[in-house]
Amino acid sequence: MRGATPASLHAEAVAGSRRALARLLTEVEDGRASPSDFDHHGAVLGRSLAITGPPGVGKSCLIDHMLRAWATQGRSTALLAIDPSSSLSGGALLGDRIRLTAPDEQDIADRIYVRSVATRRATGSVPTVLGDLVRTLHLCGWEQVLIETVGAGQSEVRCAAVADRIVLVEGPARGDAVQAEKAGLLELADLVLVNKADLDGADRHASELRDALSLNEGTPPAVLLVSAKTRDGLDEAMEVLADLPERPGSSRARARERLANAVERYLTGHDDYESMLADIATGRRSVEEVMGVLWRDQ
Amino acid sequence: MDRVLRIVVAKPGLDGHDRGAKVVARALRDAGHEVIYTGLRRTPKQIVDAVRDEDARFLGLSSLSGAHGHLFPTICDLLREEGLGDVVVFGGGIIPDEDRADLHAAGVRAIFGPGTPTGEINAFVLDAADREEAGVGADSGWVWQGA
Repeated sequence: MRGATPASLHAEAVAGSRRALARLLTEVEDGRASPSDFDHHGAVLGRSLAITGPPGVGKSCLIDHMLRAWATQGRSTALLAIDPSSSLSGGALLGDRIRLTAPDEQDIADRIYVRSVATRRATGSVPTVLGDLVRTLHLCGWEQVLIETVGAGQSEVRCAAVADRIVLVEGPARGDAVQAEKAGLLELADLVLVNKADLDGADRHASELRDALSLNEGTPPAVLLVSAKTRDGLDEAMEVLADLPERPGSSRARARERLANAVERYLTGHDDYESMLADIATGRRSVEEVMGVLWRDQ
Repeated sequence: MDRVLRIVVAKPGLDGHDRGAKVVARALRDAGHEVIYTGLRRTPKQIVDAVRDEDARFLGLSSLSGAHGHLFPTICDLLREEGLGDVVVFGGGIIPDEDRADLHAAGVRAIFGPGTPTGEINAFVLDAADREEAGVGADSGWVWQGA
């Protein structure tokens, strides 16, 4: 099967082969294949939802609940779980599967696909590859794709911006709402879930977030209290998620992140990128001169 | 090292000790690979499903419970049944010398006991990655002989 063409892997994946699907995703991730190799539709075939938020707020627990709920309803859902690569070695430890139990339940396992994705080293390339992975899953019949990413930095924000909708997960006692604002995710969110509602401080954090969001222009996203542990609020949250409208503000912020990512990818992928950096570092050329070269090349 | 291999590290069966598995996972990460750790107490089927869905090239099994003689060959059989014969399987933990021949015969290509320098495991992975006879589906009898 290694060495099979993307088109044949795609055909097998559509026919239900998980092995072919997994190999096809590797080909796309490694840049040896692109969805255009087997995309005969050109149409929107599914939806994607990013689940993001700080470490430890319970993203994986909530995702486990979503996977189980949707699979039980007969809706197939794929999860792309993003973890950072080490900037030193380029390697990665991918542990998101540990906390998921829904994929182990044999009566629904056929409708759940989980794939761990490392951010790898190249700046700006992850979100682009991620978009191709989502498209590939849609083209293989996985109508619904979840992207799990820690919302703690620019590249993670951009990973989330790949999705059609963004759900921000927060926890109680996360400091004040300014912490959430600083991460840059609040303006992108179409929905905010404050998890661990069974613990002290969740109510207060939710109302602080509502206050902060009300200062922004346009319709703020709903802020819902949930508890993955006691299951309080989960049914309501799932109902909202089933048909989550896009906020005008978030679509603009997402477009901005996608554009910024494309520019960064163009820059870091430029043939003379390294020599540009060296010239700026040693003072041979100024940043403005290099910018002039970059624009002229366009 | 620009070669990134996807490696699943798994703990099959009823065995709560994963310090060794975590040390190996970290060493492989530090050698530049993408390591997927499954967590404790996985069934053979859960492990093989993870290898398939993650498109892993290698599967590292750790057992300290004494059940390796049953679990490791069961996993190797399942991999072959699932058409994942090109996956390379290696093992570690508390594996008595007299049990090793049976595990090798089942398709486990290397067994690393306590005290193994992590560099040896990294060397095995790089060596086996290019060998067709290292896959669990190859009826080759190939066993890693050390660096």
